[in-house]
Order: sequence, then C-alpha cells, then structure tokens
Amino acid sequence: MIRDIAKIIKYQMHDNLRSKWIIGLFLFYSAASYWLISFSGDSSKVLLSLLNITIILNPLICIVFGTVYFYNNKNYIIFMLTQPVNRSVLFSGLYFGLIIPLTLSFLIGIGLPVIINLNLFLDTLHILSALLYTGVIQIFIFTGFSFFIAAINEDKLKGLGISIFIWLFFGILYDGLILFLLQILQDYPIEKIALGLILANPVDLGRILVIIEFDISALMGYTGAVFEDFFGKSLGTFISFLSLTIWFFIPFALSLVKFSKKDL
Amino acid sequence: MITISQLHKSYDLLNVLKGIDLKIPEGKITYIVGPNGSGKTTLIKILLGLVKNYSGRIYVNGNEIDGESSYRSQIGYMPQHASFPENLTVKHVFELVKELRNRYEDLDEELIAKFYLSKEMNKRVKTLSGGTLQKVSAALAFLFKPSILILDEPTAGLDPVSSSILKDKIKTENNAGKTILFTSHIVSELEDLAENIIFLLDGNIYFNGSLDNLIVHTGEHNLERSIASVMLRRL
Amino acid sequence: MNWWIMLNRSGIKFIFLICLYFTFSFVYAGELKVGKGEHFATIKSALESSSPFDTIFISPGIYKERNIVIDKPLTLTGINYPIIDGEDKHEIFTVVSDSVVIQKIKFINSGVSFIDDNAAVKLDEVNNCIISDNIFEKNFFAVYLAKSSDCKVLNNKITSEKKSEASSGNGIHLWYCKNIEIVGNYISGHRDGIYFEFVESSSINNNISEHNLRYGLHFMFSDNCSYSQNEFSYNGAGVAVMFTKNVEMTDNTFKHNWGGASYGILLKDITDSKIYKNSFYKNSSGIYIEGSNRVEIKHNSFLENGWAIRLMANSMDNVFEKNNFIGNSFDVATNSTRNYNKFKNNYWSEYSGYDLDKNGIGDVPYRPVKLYSLIVEKNRPTLVLLRSLFVGILDSAEKIFPVLTPETLIDNFPSMKKL
Repeated sequence: MIRDIAKIIKYQMHDNLRSKWIIGLFLFYSAASYWLISFSGDSSKVLLSLLNITIILNPLICIVFGTVYFYNNKNYIIFMLTQPVNRSVLFSGLYFGLIIPLTLSFLIGIGLPVIINLNLFLDTLHILSALLYTGVIQIFIFTGFSFFIAAINEDKLKGLGISIFIWLFFGILYDGLILFLLQILQDYPIEKIALGLILANPVDLGRILVIIEFDISALMGYTGAVFEDFFGKSLGTFISFLSLTIWFFIPFALSLVKFSKKDL
Repeated sequence: MITISQLHKSYDLLNVLKGIDLKIPEGKITYIVGPNGSGKTTLIKILLGLVKNYSGRIYVNGNEIDGESSYRSQIGYMPQHASFPENLTVKHVFELVKELRNRYEDLDEELIAKFYLSKEMNKRVKTLSGGTLQKVSAALAFLFKPSILILDEPTAGLDPVSSSILKDKIKTENNAGKTILFTSHIVSELEDLAENIIFLLDGNIYFNGSLDNLIVHTGEHNLERSIASVMLRRL
Repeated sequence: MNWWIMLNRSGIKFIFLICLYFTFSFVYAGELKVGKGEHFATIKSALESSSPFDTIFISPGIYKERNIVIDKPLTLTGINYPIIDGEDKHEIFTVVSDSVVIQKIKFINSGVSFIDDNAAVKLDEVNNCIISDNIFEKNFFAVYLAKSSDCKVLNNKITSEKKSEASSGNGIHLWYCKNIEIVGNYISGHRDGIYFEFVESSSINNNISEHNLRYGLHFMFSDNCSYSQNEFSYNGAGVAVMFTKNVEMTDNTFKHNWGGASYGILLKDITDSKIYKNSFYKNSSGIYIEGSNRVEIKHNSFLENGWAIRLMANSMDNVFEKNNFIGNSFDVATNSTRNYNKFKNNYWSEYSGYDLDKNGIGDVPYRPVKLYSLIVEKNRPTLVLLRSLFVGILDSAEKIFPVLTPETLIDNFPSMKKL
C-alpha cells in the first residue's frame, strides 16, 4: 500500500513540480523573503512579516490552490480509480503529491534568501524554525481542508467560496470571536478558556508557536498561573506543537473517509 | 462474465437504477444503449467501482465487488473524455499505469504502434489534441490484455482511420474471447459489431437480447429505427 | 585621637620616637601572618596584636571565626582565598575603623537573621575603606555599608543561593552613605543585587547583577548618584529607581527581566534624571514610569521587550528622543487618553510611513500606543491574540480614526533609520 502511494506521489510530484503555479509560488515566496530581508535588514522585522505570510497568506494560497487542483483533476482522478487502485491509496498519493511540492516551494522559497543572509538570523534560528514548521503544517492542514471541500461538494465555484470562507474563519473571524468572548467574560478566570480556544484553531496555534519564542517577554508579563505554566515552560511549545501536528490529521482523515465512500 | 442482481441506485430522491438483473455473457460484444438519464452511465460507474453507494450484488468473473480494487485489473476502461496530469509526458502516463498495475511485460502494444503513438511519447499531455488523447486512452485500455473491456463512446473524437483501427482491434479481441461492453446514447457506428444489446429505459432493462431479436421485436428493419421506435412508443 | 594629642604635648623627643616607631613598623611589625604553622593561628589573635596600618596576611585554610571587629586602620589580605566561615549564624567582619582594606578573602555563610542584618563584611560609620577582589558565597548580606563615606567596593564576586525574599539579604547594601564607588562586582542569588537607600553622590559602574530574587538594583532616596555600564539581567523584578532626584543612568544593559511586576527599570517619583544609551532587551517591561517628571530618555535601544515603555498618566514632561524601538510586542502602553510627555525622532520598527523629502524623518507621524495594547491593559488573557491578523486590522482601524488612544502621544518626527 505504501509502495502504491509512493508510486502515485512520484508521478504527482513530477507533474506538480513542472506546474507553472507551483513554480510561480516558489518565485513569489523567494521574492517576498528576499525583498523583506534586503529592505528592512532587521531580523525581527523580517520574521514578523514572514509570520504574516506564513499564517495568513500561505493558508489562503493552499486552500484555494488545493480546491482548484482537485476539481481540475477530477477526470484524471476518475481514470485512476478505474485502475486497480484503492481510493485511500489514490487519495493519499494525490494529497502528498501536492503538499510535497507546495512545502518545497515554501521552504526553499522562504529559506533560500534566509540562508544567503544567514548571519542576520543566527540569534533567531529557533524562531525561524518554529516559523517554518508552522508554515509547513499550515500547508498540510489547509490543503487537507481543500480536499475535504472538493470531496463533499461537486460545484467548483461553490467549493472555492467555501474555501475562502474557511480561510477567513480561521484566519480572522475566529480571533474576532475570541476577543469578543474574552471581553464579555473578562470578570471571570478565563485564561484556560483563552488557551483552549486558541488550541482549537490551527492558524492561532501556528501563531502561538512563533510568538512563544518571539514575544515571550510580553507573555510572561502577565501574572496568571495558567499563562505562566503554558508560556513560561516548554509546556506551551510542546502542547502547541502536538496540537498542530494533530490538526494536520484532522482535515486529511476527514477528507480521506469522505472520499473513500463518495460516488464519483 | 458480469452478473448483476437486484441493483438499485438512487441519488437523493431520484431513482436511477430500479432493480436491475443482468448477465453480460463472456466473450461477446454487448451494446448498452438508452436515452440520457436512463442510467447507463451510473451502471458503468458501478461496474468500475466509481459509484459505491448502491444496493444489490455484482459479480465480475465470479467474484463479488466488495470495495476491493483488485478486480479492476481484469478490466480495461476507455472513458469518453480522457484526462491525465498535464505536465506529464505520454510516456510517463504509460509508465504510471504500468506501475499502478505492476505489470511491465506481456503487454499488448498493437494500438500504440498502429496509432503511431511512439512519436507522441515525449510530448506533454497539455500539448496533445483531443484525438491523440483518445488514442492514448484506447491504447491504455487494451495494453494489459484485460478479459473485460468497457468502452464509453469509444469512437467519439477519433478520425475515421483511427476509428476503423479501433473497430478492428475490438473485433480481434472479441475473436480472442474477450468480453466487450460499450455504451452510447446514440446509435454509433459500432452497432454492427454488437451481438447483444441491452436497452435501458428509466432505470429498468427494457430489452436484453440479441440484435436481431430486437429488430424482430420492434418490427423495424434496422437497429436505429428499432431503437427510435422503442423510445417513441415509450415516450 | 589621643595619639595626636600626646604628640603635641611631648615635643621633639616624642616626634623622634614616633619616627622611629614608623620606620620600625614599616620594616618589621608591618606584616602579620595568620594560618596553620604561622605566628597567629586565628585572625582575632592577629588583630589583637596588630598596630594601625599593619597588613595581616591570611594563609589558605578555613577559619571558623565570627564577629570579628576591625577597629584599627588595617589591610587584610588573603593568600589564595582563605575561607572565613560564619557558620550560618553570625556576622563575619564588622569594620568600625577608617581606612581598612579587605581583599582576596572568601567569605561564606554569614548567618540569616530576622533581627540583625548579618553581613559578611559590614562597614559601620567609617571612611576611606576598600573592599576588593573578594569572593562572597552563601551569605545573608555580603557587603553592608552603613553611614559610611568615601569607600570603594571593587571587583568582588558575590553569589548566594536564591531562597525566599525573607531569608535572603542583599549583595551590596548601602544605607546613609556618601561618595561610594561600586565598581566591577558580580552579584547573583541575593534578594537585591545592589541596594541604595539614602545614599548621596555615589556611583555604580561596570557591575553585573543577575538572577537576584527581587531587584538587580534597588535604589531609593539617593540623589545625585549615577550608574553606568552595568548589566542587570534575569532579576525577579528588574531594577527599581524610586523617590530620587538627579540620577544618571547610562550605558547599562537591562535584559531578560520577566514577570508581571518585572521591569528593565521601574521609575517611581523620579525627577530631573537622565537615562541615556542603555539597552533594554527582552524584558517584560523596558521602563515603567510612574509619577516621574523631567526625565530625559535618549539614545536607548528597546529590543524585543514585551512593553518597551509603560507610561503612567501621572508623569509629565519626560522626553523620549532618538531611541530605537525594535521588535517590541508593544512599544508604548499608557493608562490614560491624555499625555504630557514628548516623543521625538525615535526609530520605530513598526513604523510604515514614507519619507518623500529624503531627510531621514518620516513624513507621517507615528502613534506608538495601539488600541490592542489598551485592550490588553484591561484584559490580560487577550494576550493570546498577539500578532493575529484580527488585532492588526483593529489597530489599523484605530490608526486611521484614533478614538481611544491618546491623541498627543505621538512621534511627529519618527526616524526612518535605526539610530
């Protein structure tokens, strides 16, 4: 089974790495990274801008690209399924065959200008690695979402709409709701709620993983035992890391189940 | 040999197949025909495992289809509109399917030769014409010498020369004992190949028998008129 | 004193004798040795036999002596750091004479007491003393100066085990002192690293004070003092400078002071002071300013702090000029919509304006107080939304239509480049 998945991944990657979109994405990431570094020349400023690319733009790109990719390849997917191939095998092959090129274009695109200017980042390598890990997991998660959307819904335009909504929800609206909730409940002990809500959103999790490194001085400026335990020790990093990794399986597993049962 | 018993399929409230019992005999060419919405596409998709949520039982060469994919190694399928990853070359597509089927020898490459596909091998899929894609698709369907061939509007989009090459191929394979199933919602130029005809109408089998019997049954003098008269009488 | 009176009374004969005595003492009696196999087995016995201006050399070894009172102008020098152990019960050296020099000795275990401020070395109402190159370990108080002046505390290494604030004393403690120099010391693990109360005209230079329970430097009612080129890091509450006029704080480094009540510098009721060229790195709050007026804060760098500056509304006429604010979670937070302080020519890494006339000054003013920082001030758990896009949108909206942030807290001439 793994061998069959690997075969499909091989051809999917072969296809995707030649796709003008993936190449364009790589160029975009490297241009953005290069421009940020040479324009500001300050590692913390670069990292903060990269954070926004990583947790805001990157998910949008992945979810839209993934959705369009799945719809556009529908006939091919059907053809593949008339061969003696399991659905889960094909689905995994398609998924990894897409996220690997996406990940490569992200990592190399962002990373190449960083490596060239590595001495600028020597003190912030831990933040940088948290950032890149976050970015990669966002790719997994939001590509997973896009496949899920394509699996539950036949209409391409509607699928695109849902994609953008999901991005908007996790990227912006969710935080707005948290703020609203925390403001309403501000007279109660709400640290646990605040942290719990954050753990339920992959974008927030990715952000936490980065700011836990970057803004630790501010986060430790809040004297609450829950926060102190979470952010002060490696507990927070560990939990965020774990949750984010769990998050990676959720959309993938959901869409795998959905796709396996679906009438094509 | 394909055996189908009590096959029901509905999409939401729409009953597409209403309890079909069918035997598609081995070594014969069977022509599935019916108007749009009669259920023939759904029937083919169920045979290929693309549609999974149905009730009833289906046996392919004696084994029941139960979600496993291995039975499809006995089937060659040629879709109406072929589609492959556009940045792969034709050669890659052939290699991909070979790898999926895990079969690199004992191949039937007759169509690759006859369609002159060797000169297309290094072209990327996105640069191919619709006709060439159909040729690739046809060549893939026969490549692994499957015992059952399912061809969906196989000659649509092919030029007359290629079309007759394909027709000859179908005849040869049939003579070699292959079961061949093709569909069309119009009467195609392949009708003269068919020995059996299955007429689907509103999710039921209206007629299942030899071509001659249908013509006798309807009292017309050829297939096209027979079919037309069936449709008209029913509508 | 009697000595001088005698001299005056007895005339030339006596002067001769005295001269003789001095010559004699420089050649012979000037040096006393303490240690195993030496003339004196204990420090106390050497002290008793010593004359003013003698030097007592202490050989390597462990000396379990306590409450040693030094009442003559003497020099005590350790050879290879002899250890004097207070056995967790007592004060070790109490200096009550002027002109005492104590050097190269290792003091350990001055006793914890809730009644007495037991110190390893206490200077009590003396002048011109020098405490240098000593090692202090696990003492309650290490160096304690009370009502003394013109003394120096140089190059000592002072460490202790952090316990609770109640059972820990201060590293270098000054109370009612004048003209003291504290230079080149290393202090860690005490309650306060350096403690100043009612001290005048003194200076604290080139010290490192870190990992102390409470403050790296605790500084109160001490006018006309200065501290520069010190490093204060990982202290429980940072540095506190309170109730004082004319303090100069230059070239110091304040870093990694984390906690809700931890500050690079806490300024409370400070007036007419200068904070120049300091570096604030990764503190929960860089400078917290309360009830302070006319403090000039210039040429400092605030790098990656939680809050670079927390400015309370009861502060006026403070000037923030030519500082670098880079990568702070919040640049400035305040508790009021009014502001009577000046911000000018600072570099703000968050600034996104432009400079069309290329004079190095941004053409659009910068507002360092964000709406989100006001929210966080009142509702700390909302910190989990730090750097989220939603918060960014909120801040941008407030930037365009300032309603809740102080309108006059603004840098009208932000620098385009790092200073």
